[in-house]
Parts: sequence; C-alpha cells; structure tokens
Amino acid sequence: MNTEQRLESYPQAWQRYTAGQRLLRFTLYLLFILAIVQSARTIDVIPEFLYDAPTQMADLINRMWPVDWSSFKGTISKALIETLHMATLGTLLSIVLAVPVGLLAANNLTPNRGLNLLARFILVSSRSINSLVWALLFIAIFGPGAVAGTMAIAFRSIGFVGKLLGEAIEEAHPGPIEALTATGASLGSIIQYGYWPQIRPAFWSVVLLRWDINVRESAVLGLVGAGGIGMALNSAMDLFQWDRVALILLLIFAVVILAEIIITRCRKSLL
Amino acid sequence: MAGVNAATTEKQAQPFALSWRAKAGLIAVLVYAIYAASQLGFSWERFEAGWELGARFIGRLFPPSIERLNILWQGIAESLEIAILASTLGILLSLPISLLGARNLMPAWATWPSRAIVALCRALHPVIVAIIFVKAVGFGALAGVLALTVASIGFIGKLFTEAIEEISLKQVEAVRASGASFANVIIFAVMPQVFARFVGFATYQLDSNLRNSTMVGIVGAGGIGGTLFSAFQRFDYDFVCTILLTIIAIILMGELLARMIRAVLLDNVSLGELLRRRGKTTFRAPAGDDV
Repeated sequence: MNTEQRLESYPQAWQRYTAGQRLLRFTLYLLFILAIVQSARTIDVIPEFLYDAPTQMADLINRMWPVDWSSFKGTISKALIETLHMATLGTLLSIVLAVPVGLLAANNLTPNRGLNLLARFILVSSRSINSLVWALLFIAIFGPGAVAGTMAIAFRSIGFVGKLLGEAIEEAHPGPIEALTATGASLGSIIQYGYWPQIRPAFWSVVLLRWDINVRESAVLGLVGAGGIGMALNSAMDLFQWDRVALILLLIFAVVILAEIIITRCRKSLL
Repeated sequence: MAGVNAATTEKQAQPFALSWRAKAGLIAVLVYAIYAASQLGFSWERFEAGWELGARFIGRLFPPSIERLNILWQGIAESLEIAILASTLGILLSLPISLLGARNLMPAWATWPSRAIVALCRALHPVIVAIIFVKAVGFGALAGVLALTVASIGFIGKLFTEAIEEISLKQVEAVRASGASFANVIIFAVMPQVFARFVGFATYQLDSNLRNSTMVGIVGAGGIGGTLFSAFQRFDYDFVCTILLTIIAIILMGELLARMIRAVLLDNVSLGELLRRRGKTTFRAPAGDDV
C-alpha cells in the first residue's frame, strides 16, 4: 500500500527537466526577452535618418564611383606599407612581451598561485581594452603616429598570444619534462628541450593568426591618429573625397585577403 | 682516430643546435625588425621622452573622476543596448544564412551565395562597417547596431555553418524516413545536434559585441566609445580612467553572465547548483577570431 502511494506520487509521464530546471530556463528566457524589449524601446533611433537611408546609400555609392585609382601613388601606397610594418613589428614585439607572461600563466611551469593570478590579470586587462583605446593611450604617451599604433598592436596582442601560449604549455605532456628534470637540467634547458618542441606548432599557429588579425586592426588604428592607412582614410573622409575612400577600402580588402592567403601558405609549410 | 673522436664529442655537445635555416630566419627577422622600426620612427629619444610623458599621463588618470556619472551611465546604457540588439539581430539572421550555407543539407546554388555573404561580413573590420553605416543611417546607436550585426553574422554564420556540416546524417535520414517535412527535419534532426555549440557561439558573440560596442562610438556610431573619445580629446584623463574601469568591470560581468547562461542551458544545473559551483563549464573561444 505504502509503496503504491509512493509510486503514484511520482509523475506518470516522462519529463526532461525537473521543475527547478524549467523555472530557471523560463526565467532566463524571460530575462532575454525583457532585455531585448527594453533595449529596443529605449535605444535612440532617429526615424527621419532611417527613412532616407536608401537615398544616402545611393548617394554614397554614386560618390564612390569611379574609384580614384590615380591617388594610389604617393601617400596612400606609403601608408599601406606603413600599415603592414605596424602589424608585423607589433606582432614581433608582442611575442617578446607575451612569452614571459605566458610562461608565468602556465600552472605546470610556474607552480605559484600568486604569479599565475598576476599573469592572468595582465592577460585579461590586455584583452579587455580595445586596440583603438590602446592606441589612444599610446598617442597620449608617444604622440600621434605609427609608433603609438605599433605599441597599441603589441599591447593588445599580449593577451591573445600569452593566453593561448599558456594554454599550450599547460597541455604539454609531462613525460619529457620529468625526464629532463631527473637529469638535473636547468630551467632554461627544460623549456628549450622539454616544452618548446611540444608547443612549437601551437606557437606558430598563434603567431600567424595574430598577425592576420593585426593586419586588419592596424588598418583602422589610423582613425584615432595612430598611423597607417587609417589616417589616409580619415583625412579622405573628412574632406568628403569618397572616391578616395573607395580606393582605400578596396586596398584594405585586398590586403586582408592577401594576408589570409599568406598565413594559409605559411601554416602548410611550417606545421 | 683522435680527430674523429674529437669531432663526435663536439657534435654531441650540441645535439639540438639550430639548423642554418633557423639561424638565417632569426637573423632575417631581427634585420627586418630594425629596418621596420627605423621606418616607423622608433628612436631612443622618443622612448625617453615617452617615459616621462607616460608617467605624467598615468598620474593624471588617478584618482578616477566620479563627477559626471550620468553621462557615463547614458553611454554605458547605450553600449549595452547596442550589444543586446546587435547580438539578437545577428543571431536571428545568421541562423537561416548558415542553414543555407551547410553543404551537407543544401544544394550548391544555395550554399555559395550564403557563404559569400558570410565571407564579406567577416572581411571588413567592424569599425569600417560602422563608418559606412554612419553615412547611411546617420550618427547614433542605429549605425552601431547595424555594424555589429554584420560582424555577428560573419562570426556566428561561419562557425555555425561548420557545426552543421559536422553533424551525423543518420538522424537526418531517420527523421526523413518517417516522412517528415523539411522544416521538421531541421527542427528534430539538425537542431538538437548543434544546439549546444550554438549556445556557446551565441554567448561568446554577446561577449564580443559588448567589447566592440565600446569601440564603434569612436566613429560616431553611439555608445560609450564616443564619450571616451571626447574625454580623450578634452584631456579629461581622470574621466577616461573611470570609463575604462567601468568597461573592464562590465566585460568581466558579461563573462560571468555568459558562463551562467551556458550552465543553465547546456548543463541543466538547478538554482542551488548554480550558486554553489562557479566556472565549471569552460568554453574555449574558437580560435580563428579575435579572442
């Protein structure tokens, strides 16, 4: 009798979630909808601007065509090369800065909780601040120009390179490291012969990936005055030379595609 | 004999010596770095002057100013609205696009246009897209929403297409064999297999939009970025510090929130469990985009 009653108190039909789980899910969905509705209601949209968007777009395309190919020689081609230098040098600098932080962030190489947390904090703050904001900070220090842009790219990349490098080190197989430690090898030798061969593929792919991202980012840093082709873009926009803007946008597009082709090639030959 | 012995011991001393190619590569990188640095105008005097300016600059950042909190709040609220709306629109639009782009479900005439759209959305930096939208729909938050929507389509569209292409076709065949319509095949055979990854991508994109929404304001597309940029231009560095700290705090909170959403939707935790454990579900951002 007792068991029968107990059995009846269980639900007869199968249910995927318990009441608590369902409640939590519904709360979450409700919160999503509330957030979306609230944002849509309070966001500042000027309807007149929206109505003439098609005209504005047509006007923009009209002004961009024909593309001003003749202005490529001189300042724009120089700015383009400067952009590539900024991306490459920034990546190299970020490797130099990020490797020590990455080594400190890896728990198996640096078994010190305090140092790990410090390194993590450096990595997180490097990633939370956008590269444009980094550029603004470095412009305040070095003045406008490509130096500020390169430093911005380097500091923004520390978080990315260091985090992925630290993760790669943490995933390294402990066997070779234990063997080296048993022979009495120094820390430098352990890193060089124990860790480096294991993390080398990850290292190269991270560096190539970051270089690709940096090529994209360095193209816009000039908008705040940090050098490169973004500066040419900014002045062309300020002067309403939209045919020149079109040329610069096409160039950025071409460089981005080229960078992607280069890293695919490099990955094949390096890994 | 002695000579041979000496040669072998010398070889053994450096068993992992760098090959000549690696050495040449290192030297080339070093030479390039020096050349590029000289081209870009790096110089020691500049760094020396920079140290001093940097110290003064950091001195002026502190203490953070808390005078204009209402301006700060307006900007932050607008950034949050931009992030939420852009993520919603981006997710809603990238769902059909990525379904159309999956090669294992769709014929070629449907996949290549949707793949082209996704590639185009990915190729341009959000700030550049924001510039174009500022011209099209004027200054303000709408341009930011549209620009970040485009960025979201590029990111989620690509990853979601790849996720759909990796599903097991057995379940699709089984559902199809029961006479289900195409919509039912999608809902009952495809979606359950990719839902978990989709939630992962979507929460990551929300996080990433939150970060980028602080940036599009610099070109006039609304949000805290505009406030930040004008504070920089007016040398209100103590207010800049307040804004930056708020942004970092919001991004950290956003990461916690994203982790919670994943825990509730994917791991089915109850409320008590949610409060007790923290950070068990780790989602690694798909390498291939800005982390």
